[in-house]
Amino acid sequence: MKKLDSTIGNMAIVLTVVSVVAAGILAYVNQMTAPQIEKIKAEKLSKGIKDVLVSGAAPVVQKVDTMKNEKGDITAIIYNTDKGAAVQSTDPNGFGGNLTILVGFDEAGSIKGYKVLETTETPGLGAKASTWFQKDGKGNIIGKNPGEKELVVSKDGGDVDAITASTITSRAFLRAVNAAYKAYKSGASCSAPAVAADECVNDSVDETSTCSNK
Amino acid sequence: MNNFKILLNGIIKENPTFVLLLGMCPTLGTTSSAINGMSMGLATTAVLIFSNFLISLIKNLIPDMVRIPSYIVVIASLVTILQMVLQAYVPDVYDTLGLFIPLIVVNCIILGRAEAFAAKNGPIPSIFDGIGIGLGFTLGLTTLGAVREFLGSGKIFNFEIFPESYGMLVFVLAPGAFLALGYLIAIVNKLKA
Repeated sequence: MKKLDSTIGNMAIVLTVVSVVAAGILAYVNQMTAPQIEKIKAEKLSKGIKDVLVSGAAPVVQKVDTMKNEKGDITAIIYNTDKGAAVQSTDPNGFGGNLTILVGFDEAGSIKGYKVLETTETPGLGAKASTWFQKDGKGNIIGKNPGEKELVVSKDGGDVDAITASTITSRAFLRAVNAAYKAYKSGASCSAPAVAADECVNDSVDETSTCSNK
Repeated sequence: MNNFKILLNGIIKENPTFVLLLGMCPTLGTTSSAINGMSMGLATTAVLIFSNFLISLIKNLIPDMVRIPSYIVVIASLVTILQMVLQAYVPDVYDTLGLFIPLIVVNCIILGRAEAFAAKNGPIPSIFDGIGIGLGFTLGLTTLGAVREFLGSGKIFNFEIFPESYGMLVFVLAPGAFLALGYLIAIVNKLKA
């Protein structure tokens, strides 16, 4: 078969057909995989919440709060459970960009565990954050309460050892932990009835409330 | 040229990483460890096989002047399908590769092979060319990843060979990628000569 000539008509038809077929196939595959992808995301989230809160039975999520800054970016998501809360918090000033963590707090506000969800930190340096601050790591923060004493690296006068040669990552990480704690505390008060209506928008349909971060 | 020769051609004589020097962006970006390099190589291979096959099938239906946009649409669709399928059924692989999968679209190896091979040959040789070039790319990325991982953190495929604190960190970072790649290309060219 001879190759089609490059006339305007041919070109228009071919490009249209190629795009339409491609779009059709993509829509079909998307429809096939979307439920499965949702399921995996939900599983990962509930596993993450369980990991940072308790060992044993999975906690039951009772309420989800979303904190936004003035620009409308999500700064923290609070998953309140029957065994404390897991807070997802992002600090934009990691060494390589956003650093997103999930921190578990008990009712008193002590850190039960944490997990690095999203990081672009340097492998071999800042990427150590996922183990460094754990219970057997050198900069252990498990059991500490950011409400009693804000978590600060020792270089800035605090009592948490920063990751060797990765002070910027360590600062970003601790900022995220402190922000998570504040979100957790203000989220708790946000759900209380005493808070003014303009600070707290309760969406009764899916039991999600949105707090504006002051 | 028979199919076996086409296969070997992609792996050795026209190795995309060490000889053609194509696809440098994912090469430098994903090879901080051997396993990352290998996963990227295999994902690219999958896309390459399908894109070569499809493009050699439809090559006569595409007028010359619009072939590049048509090929790009085909390749981008394949990559998106791959991304969705990985995300849905093998989330672990997706977690390691997620960021790099969209990069495959602009990987010049794929468009390059579509232009240089699939647009001039039949479907079966095109599949073999896809496999050959894909494996060559995988081999290149895995080697580079292994060298960088070994020198930088003392491990290969996460098996510790010497303690991490003796590692030369620069090899895990971007400059090390250029250094290691340069030396590997020199060694390969020496061996080939």
